[in-house]
Order: sequence, then C-alpha cells, then structure tokens
Amino acid sequence: MGDISQMLKNQILEARQTGQKLNIEGGGTKAFMGRTADTEAGTLKLGEHTGIVEYHPVELVLTARAGTTLAEIEATLAEEGQCLHFEPPRFGDGSTLGGTLACNLSGPARPWSGSIRDQVLGIRLLNGKGEHLRFGGQVMKNVAGYDTSRLQAGAMGTLGAITEISLKVMPRPAMSLTLVQDMPLDDVIQDMNSRAKEPKPITGAAWVDGKVYLRLAGAKSAVEATAEKWSGEVMEQGDAFWHQLQHMQHDFFAGDEPLWRFSVGSTADHPKLEGPWLVDWAGSQRWYRGDADIARLETLAQRAGGQVSLFRGGDRTDEVMHHQPRALKDIQQRLKKSFDPDGIFNPGRLYSWL
Amino acid sequence: MTTKPKASKAELAEKFRAFIDPDFVITDDETMKPYECDGMSMYCEMPMLVVLPETAEQVQRVMRICNEHEVPVVARGAGTGLSAGAMPHKEGVVLSLAKFNRILDIDPLARTARLQPGVRNLAISEEAAQFGLYYGPDPSSQIACTIGGNVAENSGGVHCLKYGLTVHNILSVEMITAEGERVVIGSDALDVCGMDLLALMTGSEGLLGIVTEVKVKLLPKPEVAQVVMAGFDSVQKAGDAVGGIISHGIIPGGLEMMDGHAIIAADDFAQAGYPREAKALLLCEVDGTEEEVHEHIAQAEALFRELGATSVKTSQSEEERALLWKGRKSAFPAVGRISPDYYCMDGTIPRRYLAHVLLEMEKMSEEFGLRVANVFHAGDGNLHPLILFDANVPGEFERTEAFGGRILNLCVEVGGCITGEHGVGVEKIRQMAVQFNDEELQQFHDVKAAFDPAGILNPGKGVPALRFCQEYRSLEHKQHKHDTVDAAHG
Repeated sequence: MGDISQMLKNQILEARQTGQKLNIEGGGTKAFMGRTADTEAGTLKLGEHTGIVEYHPVELVLTARAGTTLAEIEATLAEEGQCLHFEPPRFGDGSTLGGTLACNLSGPARPWSGSIRDQVLGIRLLNGKGEHLRFGGQVMKNVAGYDTSRLQAGAMGTLGAITEISLKVMPRPAMSLTLVQDMPLDDVIQDMNSRAKEPKPITGAAWVDGKVYLRLAGAKSAVEATAEKWSGEVMEQGDAFWHQLQHMQHDFFAGDEPLWRFSVGSTADHPKLEGPWLVDWAGSQRWYRGDADIARLETLAQRAGGQVSLFRGGDRTDEVMHHQPRALKDIQQRLKKSFDPDGIFNPGRLYSWL
Repeated sequence: MTTKPKASKAELAEKFRAFIDPDFVITDDETMKPYECDGMSMYCEMPMLVVLPETAEQVQRVMRICNEHEVPVVARGAGTGLSAGAMPHKEGVVLSLAKFNRILDIDPLARTARLQPGVRNLAISEEAAQFGLYYGPDPSSQIACTIGGNVAENSGGVHCLKYGLTVHNILSVEMITAEGERVVIGSDALDVCGMDLLALMTGSEGLLGIVTEVKVKLLPKPEVAQVVMAGFDSVQKAGDAVGGIISHGIIPGGLEMMDGHAIIAADDFAQAGYPREAKALLLCEVDGTEEEVHEHIAQAEALFRELGATSVKTSQSEEERALLWKGRKSAFPAVGRISPDYYCMDGTIPRRYLAHVLLEMEKMSEEFGLRVANVFHAGDGNLHPLILFDANVPGEFERTEAFGGRILNLCVEVGGCITGEHGVGVEKIRQMAVQFNDEELQQFHDVKAAFDPAGILNPGKGVPALRFCQEYRSLEHKQHKHDTVDAAHG
C-alpha cells in the first residue's frame, strides 16, 4: 500500500531485460474491456499504488496515485462538498482513478461537465524504459510541453503505466431534480438537443425504455424555475435513476448479449438497426445490444458522425474498437514506440496492431 | 540518414507558384517584413519566403515539397502570439493561413461550428449570436486572434475556470501532417477510439501538424451576467476572498484580480470607476439563469464584505458590466501608457501561493530596478506580471528577460508552470529545462518525431535541445546560490 513506484519501475526494467510483456491492472474491474489480454504476459499491479497525495478544496485540485479507488476519492471529496463531476462509472468496489483515465470513462453529466480527460491537469507515468516522468501540473492552465497527460485517455495503458493523476474537481450542485416523460425514439434526439440549447442548468439527458429523462442541477432557484417551465413529471427517485445509469446497473446493461457503444454526433439521425437501444449524453452516446458485424456497425456510426466500439461481450479476440485510418494508425504506432519501444505494455489490448 | 537535396529560395518559389497564385508566394524583403515576428516583437527573424495558400490541397502540396527538401515550415495565423511561436525560421517558409477565413457552417441544434483556421475568435461568437449561442474561450486578443492559433496555443481567456480552454471546446480538427497527409482527428462525437490525439494536437504550437479546419462546440448564451467588483487593502485578503467564493460552491464565469499598480493604470486608461486606493481588486462575474445569478450575486457580495473588502459594487446594467471589464481587458495597453515598453509573463501557480509569489516578485523588482504590475486570472491561477522597461536603454531588455526568467522559476518552485496560455515558443524555451528533466524533454522530442520524422515543423520552438538544458540549469543554480548568499548578507 502507498507509494510502490520504485517496485513498479524495477519490474518494468526487469521485463525490458527479459523480453517479458506486462498487462497493467488496477482494481481488475475493467478486465472485460478492450481486446483479450495477452495470456503469456505478466501483470503490473497498480492496485497497490494508492493514496491521495494532495487535496486542496479551495484550489479545486486533487492529486492521487493511480491505484486509489474512486470510492475513496469520492468519499474524501464529499466531506468538502465536492465531487468528480464527470461522474465516472464503477464496475465494482475496486475501480481506480488510473483505470478510469486509461479507458476515458465518464458518466451521464459528460456533455455538460466534461470527461475525465477534460479534468486531468497532470500525470506521472512510467514509460517502457522505466522512466518515471511527470507531465502537466496541478494548475488549471499549463501549456508547457505537449499534452501527454490527456493523450492517455482512451490509450488503455498502451503508452505506459499511469502512476499519479492530478485533476480538477468541482463543488457538488446545491440540488438536482429529474423530469421524466414518455417519448418515442424518433422524437427524442430533437427534443434533447433543443433542451440542451437553452441556457438552463441541465446536466443529464437520457432516453430509456420509451421515456426521456432530463436532469437539472445547480442553484436551487434556477433548478426549480426551470422545472416549472419545462414539461415532464418530477421524478421521485431521480438520483437513483442517474446512479444506475452512471454505473451501468440499469437492466438494459444486464446479461451477456454483446454491448455496443456508439459515440456519435448528438443530433445525428438514429442508426437504422433493430434491437434494444439506450440513448445518453443528449444523443452523443447511444448503446445497442445484439450480435452484429463490426464493419456494418462502423458504417452506421460513421454516417452518424462518429465511431463504434464493442464495449462488452462478443468476440474479443478480433478488433473491438472502430478502425483507424492508415495515417492515424501510423502515428499511433510511432507514438507507442516513442513511449514503449519494446512494446511491453498491454500488447494488443487496444488494437491488434498496437 | 541520407541528406535530401536542398532547394534554393528561387527553386522553392517556382515550385509553389506552379499551384499557388504567384502574388501570394512572397520572396521580397519589403513584403515579407510584417512576417518577421508575432506579438512578441522582441524576437525577429526574416524567413526565406512566405506563402499564402487558400485550399487544404495547396497546403498539402507545400508540405510535401518542404518535407522532401527538409525545409522548415512555420505556420502563422493572425500573428498575435506572445511567445514568438510564429517567429520565422531564416531558412524556412512561413505558411500563412490568413486566406482560410470562412465560417463554413453553424449547426444551431447540435451547437457546433465548422471553421477554417483563419477565422477570428470573436467572429465565431458574433456569427453564433443569432442562434443564442457563443464560443467559450475568449483570449484578450480575441478581436484579432484566429481559431487555428487558438488550437496551436490551447488558448484560454477570462472565462476558463467555468467554461474551459480550447481543448475542452473543440470536437475535431482536419490537419495536414508534416509528410503531407490529410487527416481528421476527432469527430462530431465527444470522443473517439484510441489515443487522444486531439488533446495532443491542442497546444502543440505548430510542431505536430498544420490545422486546416476546426469544428468547435458552441454554448448557449447565459440569460444574465453580472459583475461584483471588490476592493481590498491587501493582496492576501483578496486571495483569501477568491478561495472563499470557490469554497462556497460558486464557480464564477470570470474571476480576475489586479494589483495596486494595475488598478491605477487601468482606471486612468478606461475610467472604469475602480477603487484607486485599493491594493487589490477582484472582478467576479456570475452568469447563468436569472434566478441563479440573483442568488449567487447576493452571496458573493456578502462574502466579500465578510472577508474584509473595503469596497463592493455590483454592475446594475450591461453598460456598467462592460465598463468594469473594459478596465481589465485594457490593462495591457493601459500599462503601456505608463512605460515605454512592457514584458508580459504568463506563469501559473496554485492560488494559495499568490501572496508569497507577489511578495517575492516585489523583492525581485527592487533587485532588478524594474517596476512590475500584476493582472491575474485568479480563478485559474494564471499570473500575468507586466515588467515595465525601456528598450532604448542599453541592457534593460536583457535585465527584463532575466527578471522574467526568475519569476517563472519561482512559479515552478511553488508547483506551478512556466506558461498557462501564451505558449513556450522561443521566448520560454530555456525555462522548459526548469519545469522538465531530460527524460521528460526527450519524451517530448520522441512525440514530435512520431508526427514529424524530418523535424520540419516549427523547429527550434517549444522543446529545447537537451544539450542546452544542462548549461541553463547550472547557470540558474549558480544564480540561485548567489541570490541566497546576497540575501544572507543583506
């Protein structure tokens, strides 16, 4: 427990010498994500590299080691009336801050409060040469050097082991309230975006099982005044609904059926694909359940201005992320080599070619 | 590595004139003169030639030719940068994006705008206003600076604590790589699969690619905005008041501080009605719905009084609000009136060290014999000390630079950084060695090589060559020891 960076560094240096590969593991709650991990590889355990290093509520900045659990961080913030306003999902008690950044996971408030990537101010990272590097800082603005901190968001550990993260935190909204009403899928995209276009304190817009849910959060007077103007019933257990959505505990996400994530333009026409859908992020994130061919779904996603990935289930030996055009594939392969010249970290986890 | 054929100025010009309007392939010194520097006019260099393409295809062809002949390329927007990031390379091409000045499309429902990189920052909000929308980041140079330059610098402005920097407000860029490939990074969605190359591109100071199109997010214009102005008799109290507001759960749209020197200069210039006897002034803008602003303004006024404000005033009309901001936004030219020249620094610090840093700066000011005025993006810790000097006095700029360097070292010492929004460019390249060690700097060089194997994009900017760093660090170390001894004897 605590700072084990020296141990991690030694393990990397040893792996480099012996030619061993390393799978990076935090709390182990996101093993289902990405492509199937290399079974020959050893494990670099970040889960024991824990602890909140610094927290200054007045600065709105928290620094924690990558293996610190979201649960611990959020409990600490709550004591000061603050929160992680990008609402990271937890897939178990062990979900860590490092894993959340590596997978770029954010919850329902994302279109309004930003993603974890948006809140990252700086990181420490062990690269494939075992160098413990520090990028960014603990301040809101920092343009010295390339933004290699945010580069890690979505890289799934392929560039190195994130060991420490500084991020911006925010005050918890004074109150929140949820409006719900029946609406067919055909109307929902227009409706959510029209609401999002108004200067009102909206922090959630989702469509589940034929109902649209809008969350208002902020100053009490503003929330109440907006709720009076907008249509929809005030929901009794509003917070519980968003909690379920954030942590993907809603019935929609249950079961083994492949779960596809469409990250698309918020106003894009809904893809013509039969089956169960759930719309979040005011239309920017749309979930689909069902067996499908990734190439076909990619065409649909591109038509909607975005990309698709196989979030959970299905065949994970094949590619699970939207394909990269050749030029961007080249750049990412070269970047990988620049951080991890021997290809030690998470081989093939993000793409087969990385 | 094989040496590629060098191309002469005449050969290059001929190649470019084959596909670019010959009037916009500039080779004579007189016409090139305005390109010799950006907003940081102390650093100048004449380029080999200047080209102004007008299509992405032309940019692509320019890049292919330059890559083949290993000719340096410096991209340029409006040239308002404050770190000499767009200073030309004497053996290179200045690639001006000035002709890329069209707003291609605004989608009110999706709240996005598709722009050519030469579109001015303010023009986006002006065009979006008809839909009740605006573009968030508002750097002080927004009348002139372009969105392409904003992407290169990751520009902020006075509203970024609440609304973020450029990196938080763009969805995608189309760019031409050093090798002349045309790629789109990002999409209409809020994220894409793989590494976050869009974040990496933002703030990369023209070292990784040439942006030829940008898609930005637009925000709904708040119903109301009001400013509370509070004067304090000490910087410490004003700093505590900033903390007080934030601890109270209010995130102001803008939160700015000025010190005594800046207050007087700005008030003389703008007649903004600032409390001239105050040692520090806070401008706290609250925006949102009518109800929210009403609630938060009342809380802010009460808090400032409780925390020792000597005067508190709230704008009661749009005119009053504009006037209060006018003083702040004209602080730089205002300071320009009380001194022949000024040098603007851009360090960032954790806010809790504000009083300490300002006190240390006062001491340095005495030591260097140069006055300094401070404006501060208090909400996000971005400090803009303005060092006043006279370039006509021999040696004074060198002393100013040394003073500036020491301020940046101090920022790094307290856990901050050397540049919050102006970029490293040429100007702060030595201080990079203070903020980063050799391994980190080498990693930056390796990142650059992944995008630009031949190293033709804006060479000599942003990241220092390692061989200069050791030298600078040891010089700084000696200087520091020297100071410590002086202080002990003083």
